[in-house]
Parts: sequence; C-alpha cells; structure tokens
Amino acid sequence: MTPGVVITGMGAVTPLGVGVDALFGRWSEGECSVEDGFARCSDFDATDHLSRKEARRTDRFTHFAMVAADEALSEAWPDGPPYEPERIGCVIGTGIGGLGSLERQQDVLRERGPKAVSPLAVPLLMGNAAAAAVAMRHELHGSSFGVMSACAAGAHAIGAALRMIEAGEADAVVAGGAESAIAGVAVAAFAAMGATSPTGISRPFDARRDGFVMGEGAGVLVLENAEKASARKAQPVGEILGYAASSDAHHLTAPEPSGRDAARAIELALADAEVKPGDIDYVNAHGTSTPLNDRSETEALKAALGEEAHRIPVSSTKSAIGHLLGAAGAVEAIATVEALRQRVAPPTVGWEERDPDLDLDYVPGEARPLDRANGNGRGSLVAISNSFGFGGHNAVLCLAG
Amino acid sequence: MPAQATTESVEQVIFDGLKELGAEGEVARSSTFEELDVDSLDLVELAQIIEDEFGVSLQGEDVKDLRTVGDVIDLVVARSQ
Repeated sequence: MTPGVVITGMGAVTPLGVGVDALFGRWSEGECSVEDGFARCSDFDATDHLSRKEARRTDRFTHFAMVAADEALSEAWPDGPPYEPERIGCVIGTGIGGLGSLERQQDVLRERGPKAVSPLAVPLLMGNAAAAAVAMRHELHGSSFGVMSACAAGAHAIGAALRMIEAGEADAVVAGGAESAIAGVAVAAFAAMGATSPTGISRPFDARRDGFVMGEGAGVLVLENAEKASARKAQPVGEILGYAASSDAHHLTAPEPSGRDAARAIELALADAEVKPGDIDYVNAHGTSTPLNDRSETEALKAALGEEAHRIPVSSTKSAIGHLLGAAGAVEAIATVEALRQRVAPPTVGWEERDPDLDLDYVPGEARPLDRANGNGRGSLVAISNSFGFGGHNAVLCLAG
Repeated sequence: MPAQATTESVEQVIFDGLKELGAEGEVARSSTFEELDVDSLDLVELAQIIEDEFGVSLQGEDVKDLRTVGDVIDLVVARSQ
C-alpha cells in the first residue's frame, strides 16, 4: 500500500511580500503586485534574513528559496527535524537558475578578462544551487537535486518529492521552486518571442490578455509520509492526493491547441488521487495571461472534467503576482492549499471582459467562499493545481486541505 | 600601476577584503581562516583582490598551507619585493 503524503509546512517569498500570509491574504483581497510591467519582490532584502556571507555566495533565486524554506521548516518542525537527516530529501525546481549572476560575470569576463571571473560564478548560477543551499542550511542528507522544466518546474519538484516518499526513499522532502530571472537576456527574449505582455498587464482568461508579466520569488513545502507525520502527532496543513505529468511533444514554446496532453495529465492526476471531477472544489489554473495558454488550458479543463468544469471556480494566482516561472508551480500549490484551508477561492484579479471561447467561471471581481456544495465525502476540500512549461511540460497536482 | 605593497597597505587591503567577503567576527593578523569561516572559494576571491591591488599573483599551491591572516600578509609583502 502506497503511503499517503501530507504537507506540514509552507513558505513563500512573492511580489506580495515575504510569507504565505502575505501571498494569500493580499491575493484574496484582490491586490495585484505588478508595477511597470514586472512583479518584483521589491521589499525583499536578503540580508534581513541571511548573513552577509550567505547572501553574497548565493544568487537571488537561492535567497528566495532559503527564506521560503526557513518559513516552511519552522512551521513543520519548530523543534528541529523529527527524522534522520539521511531520510530527508530536498528538491527545488527553477526555470533558468542564477541568470543575474551569469550576466554579471559575463560582463566581468568581457571587460576584465577570465582571471577576474569570480570563483563563485558557477555555484551562484547553477540551476541546482537552491536545492544545494537549502540542504546545506538545514543539514538534509537525503536525495537532493534541482528540477528544470521551465514554468512547470515547481510542480515537477513537488511531484518528484511525492514519489520519493511513496517509494520509501525518504520520510520527508523539502520541495519547491525558485526563480529570479527579471534580467536583461530573459526580459528581452520573452519579449522577442511575444510571450510577455506589451501592455504590462497580467489578466488571465480576459479577452484583452496579451501575454504574461514576469515575476520572481519562491515557494517551498515540507512533505511527509502521512503515517509518520501522524505518529508524531503533526497537524498537516494539507495533503497531496495525486500527481501526474505529460508532454505535448508539439512545439518549443506553444501549447498543443486542443490541450490534449494537458487534459491527460489532469485525468491521470485525478486517477492517481482516486478523485472524480465531481469531487473537485477549486482549480488553481496555470492561467498565464497569454492568448494561447489560457485558451488551451480552458480546453484541457473541459476535456478532463467534462460538465463539472463549468461548476468549479477556476482562478489564476498570476493575476496577482505575475508569472514566477520555475517557482510558479510551488507558489501556486501553496496558494491552492490555503484556498482549501480557508475555504476561499481568490479572484482572477482584473478579469472583466469575457472571451467568447473561454466559458468557465474564472472568479471575477472578489474572492468567493468555497462551500462544500458538492460533498465529496471527505472532511476536506479538493483542488487541482495546473502547471505547464515551455517545451510542452505538463504537471498537475491534486491537493486537499 | 599596482599600489606599493607595504605591510600596512597589504594589511588594510586584506582586512577590508575579508570583511567584504563576509568573514565572521573581528579580523586580526592572528585570526585563522577557520575562525573566520573563510574557505577555499573565499581565498580565491581574496587572491583576485590582492592581484588587482598589488599585482601579486597567488596560486592554489601558494595559499594551501596558509593558516592565518598574518601568513597571507607576509607572503604578499615578500612576493612584492
């Protein structure tokens, strides 16, 4: 029998502030953190949380991950880890890694030559840096690695962590995603491919949507074997009921228009969770605000959930914090768990004009209570969180809270 | 032109450099790198600062047996003569 996996701690650094409460509280109130076309963690100063030395030896994306992990771990294990360090893993996804550090060292190389390049350049920029730093900071000696699947990386990291616990390879895994890529090359390249919003507005599923808004931040969750968590009388904040991933194998950046493979990931995640579409109370959409994603994701939801798709509230965290790329899946999983715990579906902020082809309930205007209208027989509510990445990577989590 | 490497000037550059690198606690000639939590990556960065300032190139072989801040200062002053 596969062990269940519960969530015992969560932490987030987002453009809405440091902490899960800032993320969910402000989003629920309809706040949007986009300014001048970007959603930055403007109030975040690494040295408020880390020593000078820790801060200068890690990139900003790793700073976010370390601070989010501190919050998650202090919630899960205020008295320290309850398991052998060898039985605790660490998996942190990212879309790009330490791009700012790479660009700065590239400038040093060009202007001052190879002898001036910092010996820290590689450990700063490598995509696994956040996983390494979190594992070192908390002395986690289980399997530790980074995950790269563009904007699905945070969800894939949680999925990988889930499977590690189910397989008995770990008792607990610190899992999440982190990103800080609002830097020259990425900003220019996303604009060049027409992915980002020329108007600088994130309005998922709205008829006027014209691209995503780049954001930055991190989300980290502590996952534990449910039996072991129960044995130590932990109070889980949520549960991972299921997970599945698939690939469009269609195009470098564009989603497959019918959402066929995204729908299959949703169906497989529900099967993994032993949940039916009628049991689902909420959908946290990938909802990027690009014309293509929001259309194919709507198609995928309808294909996977059938008639139930029209009943279920669907909202996008990206309407409040922009697109956190490789951190998005983790931050949005956290937001989903909070929505279930607090029985609130936050709104798709800024949604006003219906696109005739997008006919689901995108929770316009204000947050809405999530009542247990359909009754799935559990004591908790159930949701799915979708993540899709450039390259056709689809990852779907089924969560309870 | 690299700066004149006197004991005082080398000491100043190295003390400032170590603080910039985030060395923990007070930096003195007698401080060991272990006490300051300075590792091999920090020493490479320190060597880059020293080369920029005094034109003295320190390789891995040169620094691997150094234990205290004073050891580095003496080596740089000796090399620059």
